[in-house]
Parts: sequence; structure tokens; C-alpha cells
Amino acid sequence: MATEFAYPDAAAKNATGEFETEKMSLSMGPSHPSTHGVLRIQMELDGEVVTKAEPVIGYLHRGDEKIAENMTYNQFVPYTDRLDYLAPLANNMAYAIAVERLANLEVPERCQAIRVITAELARISAHLLGLGAFGIDTGAWTVFMYAFTEREKLYKLFEELTGARFTTSYTRIGGVSRDVPEGWNGRVDEFCDQFLPILEEILAMLTRNKIFMDRTVDVGVIPKEDAIAYGLTGPNLRASGVPMDLRKDKPYSGYEKYDFDVPVGKTGDSYDRYLVRGEEMRQSVRIVKQAIKNFPEGDWYAKDAKKIFAPPKDKVMSSMEELIQNFMIVTEGPQMPAGEVYFEAENPKGALGFYIVSKGGGVPYRMKIRAPSFCNLSILPKVCVGMMVSDVVSILGSLDFVMGECDR
Amino acid sequence: MSSSTADVTSALQEKFPNITARDSLDHEAINVPAVDVLAAMQALRDEHSFDLLTDLTAIDWAEGADPRFVVVYHLYSTTQHSYIRVATNCTGEEESPMAPSVTSLWAGADWHERETYDMFGIIFEGHSDLRRILMWEGYPYYPLRKDFPLAGIETELPDPEVAAATGTPVIAAPMMGGPFVASTGEMNMSEAEPKAKDESWSESSEKPEA
Repeated sequence: MATEFAYPDAAAKNATGEFETEKMSLSMGPSHPSTHGVLRIQMELDGEVVTKAEPVIGYLHRGDEKIAENMTYNQFVPYTDRLDYLAPLANNMAYAIAVERLANLEVPERCQAIRVITAELARISAHLLGLGAFGIDTGAWTVFMYAFTEREKLYKLFEELTGARFTTSYTRIGGVSRDVPEGWNGRVDEFCDQFLPILEEILAMLTRNKIFMDRTVDVGVIPKEDAIAYGLTGPNLRASGVPMDLRKDKPYSGYEKYDFDVPVGKTGDSYDRYLVRGEEMRQSVRIVKQAIKNFPEGDWYAKDAKKIFAPPKDKVMSSMEELIQNFMIVTEGPQMPAGEVYFEAENPKGALGFYIVSKGGGVPYRMKIRAPSFCNLSILPKVCVGMMVSDVVSILGSLDFVMGECDR
Repeated sequence: MSSSTADVTSALQEKFPNITARDSLDHEAINVPAVDVLAAMQALRDEHSFDLLTDLTAIDWAEGADPRFVVVYHLYSTTQHSYIRVATNCTGEEESPMAPSVTSLWAGADWHERETYDMFGIIFEGHSDLRRILMWEGYPYYPLRKDFPLAGIETELPDPEVAAATGTPVIAAPMMGGPFVASTGEMNMSEAEPKAKDESWSESSEKPEA
């Protein structure tokens, strides 16, 4: 007698309704190659789809704001190197200008031009690393190699100018630590000339790359309204279609003298963020070339600010007045009036802000550092939901954050 | 820009008579009482186009000051290209200051308020998820308060199991005050001069009693 064979999946065949799936929690980081530092993301997954993403930050918290309250203004300059450590020169400049606003001090044109050149070179170097790392995240090694070859040339220029490759500590309140060396501007110009075709080569490896586009187009879309609500700034905000660039909107350090365009994205996806960064490097080269062409003669530090900028070393050794002046600045710090200022500069990652509350004297009473990476990361829980795990990697790469700045 | 933002202050004062102008060296600044903060911020965002909450932080005016804690907001207008600073005195006890949360207006205020809570212990009323962000959960102090020493204070490790297994607490920074410290605003030269602090103690020789 034939018996009907019961197939094992008979129950499933007759079952009504959806499959019940179990949520899985996955901790990505704090030491994961695609989290670019010590970021940890606590994720909840439904299969491969992210249902919840909670960034855990603070692994690199050093208490920079507390430290700032305990030292003179110039002593804090090296700490600013370690905020966005991919663009220390831009941080140095933002900090120096913030303190100079407090003192109501305008530095000479030559000093402004030097700062603009260094800040734009820092932007190129930061964006190159951002692109290279983004390339690796999406499976393109070559971009990283090309980008780092160029960064090495930049580091050589930085070393010649500041004495350090990485932690430059170049600015002082009221000026910079030293004038540009003989022939340095020409070498920067040469770098720019040879860099432009290489940049096109690097971008050509990604812009129409099928794999790269599959990983980035329509991934991690941040609408305009969300971008503003979460306080995004810099390339991430511009990729969402908001033409906010503090160099144009609130010009500082003589940026109003330079001719450059502000690239703006359309959809606010990872691909747009990549395109905006690529175009920004071309614009930075434009600014650097203009600054070198019209490089002003004259002082490279605020000569009249005798209580703020230390006198030249040879004078200190030979003249009593300058010796006292130098002694007072070193021991008591650059003297500031009481009051409060807030200054934001357009850094590679976004608006780096310093809010300084002074009671007078050489030490700030309170200093808040507004870190663009901190704000840019806060949108992560919103933008990751509904994406695949592999998309999270692409989103992280496209947001281009630095944990040194986020955690402070 | 300054004239248009001055209009902002007077326009706000018509609606909220308790708003006063605040001393500032750069941008327009106002003092807003805590009860008016939400409504005033909404007016700034919707009527005066200050759409971007760029920064939110606090100042500690040290123990005994009244008010001790002040929350400071910086708003930026992406269309008018101007900043405004809004400050509000915290209400509540000195040990548990309170301020209204603006997370309903700007989603980005979430992390800023968590950080301010983490560093100063200011409780933001209406924040749905107020917990530490930079320090670990369970950390007992508020490091940016003026009564917290720069070197830190010894605490237990965050995980009790790890603490029990290792017997190691999180120790304070090895040099109280760092190698160079200048005092705030004092004109006494020997006090104000940055100097090497007493570093004569190390792992082998005991730290002297403070």
C-alpha cells in the first residue's frame, strides 16, 4: 500500500504569513578598518539590512577643552594639530584667527596669504586621504596609492615650511612661526602644475567606475532638510545641495580676494559627496595659484601687537625692551581682553568653530571646540537605517570624518 | 549684517520682553530666560532664517556663582550668512542644573546636549535619550566643571568584572596640571609663570598628599 510521503517542508508550504526572522546585533569597531579610527557602531541587523545603527564615540577623548583652560593661547596651538590631524595647518589657522578676533587684531596681508596657501594645501592633502580611504572602502586600491604619492609631495613642502610633516603647529597668535623659505612658493606652484593632471587621473579611476558607482549612487542619501537639521557642514552639506561655504559667505584671512567656485551636489548621496570633494581640490589649486601669483610683500606677523606676538629672536638677545616683551608673552601668554567670540573656519571636514570666553589675560576661561566631524557623524543613526551592511562602509567612507576631532 | 541682526534682537524683544542684549565682541548676542528658550529659538529658526544650529555648549562660572551654569547656542543662517549667539541661565540646584532641550527643533541638538550633559551635568528637559557620549556610562564626574581637577580623579573601571579581575582602577593623569601651567588672569609674576610642577613622584615613589 502506497503511503503518502510527507515532505519536510510541507509545514512551511502550508504556513501563512511572512517568515519570522531574528534580529542580530553586530558591533562594528572600535578597531575596524572601515571605521577610519576608533569609531564603534552598534548595529541591529535584519538579515543584511540595518534596522538600527548607534555610533559609540569617545574612545579618543583627551579633554582638549579642559586642557585649553589651563594653558596660554600659544601653548594650545599644538593641540589643534591633533583635532583634524589630516589637515593640521587648517586647524592652526582657524584657532589663530579665533583668538585674533578676540584681540580684535588683523594680521598683515602677507601673513593672510601664507595662511590661505597652507590651509588650501591642507585641504588638498585631507581630501586626497579621504578619497584614497573611500576608494579602499569600496574596493579600489590604486586610488589610495596614487593619492598617497601626492600627499608625500605635500608633506615635503610642509616639512620645509614648518619643520614638521604631520603636526605642524605653524601659526602663532598674531602671525605664523616663520616666514616662507626662499623659493618655497615656486615649489608649491610646481606641485600644483604637476598635480592637476594627476588629480584628473585619480578622479577618472572612480568617477565612471561601474563598481564604485554601484556602491555609492543613491546610497546614504541625505536630503537638504536633514543635512541642515543635523548641523552638517562642509562637503557633506554641500553635497546635499546647500551652497554654504564660509570662505565665500563669511570671508576671513582675505578669501574674498580669490576667485573660486563652490561645488554643490544634487541628491546628497555618497557619490555626490565624492564628486564635491574632487571638485574642491581643483578649486583649492586655483586659490593656491592665485595666492602665489599675487603674493604680498611686507610683514608676515602683526608687528604692532607687542603684547601678543613675540619679537624676533635676534632682537630678544640684544635689546632690553624686546627681551621683556618676549618674557611677558612666554610667561603670561598673549594678553587678551575680556569677552567672548565665536569663529568658524571652512575646514576640509566642515566648519571648525572655536568659542572662546575670556576673562582677560593670557589664558582662556572656557574654550569650546565645535568639531565638524562630531556633527557630521550624528546623522549616522538616521542615514544607515534600511541600508545594507556593505552600504554602511560606503557611507562612512563618504562622510570622511576624523575621530581625533570628533572626540577631542 | 550687524544692522539686520540688531533688528532680530528688537523684533524678538517685542515678542519676548524678557530678552536682553548680551555683551559680545563679534556677533549679535542675546540672553533668553529658560522659559522662553524654545519659543524664541523657534522664532529665530522660522521667522529669522537661523536654520543651522551650529554649536551648543555651556559655561561654568565656578562654584558659588549665581547663576553657575549658562547654556550657549550658536545659530547660523545659511541664507543670510550671519550668526547669533543665544545664552540662557540654567535653572535648578547648583548640583543638578537644568535647561530646556531644543531637540524638537534641531535633530542635531541631540548629540550636543548629550555632550553638554556629559561634561557639565546639565539636564536637558525634554531630551529623550540623555546619557553620556564621550565618557563611559557610569562615570561619576562631570569633567568640564571648574571644580574637577585637570589631572582627573581615580575611578573604577567601567566594567565591574574587569575591575575585579585586574584590580586596577582608572588612575589620574601622572602629572597634576601638566608640565606647564599658567594661572588665569593673575598678575603675580611668580604665580603666573609657567613652571614645571612637582613631578618628583612616580610609580616607585609615592605621590605626596595634596
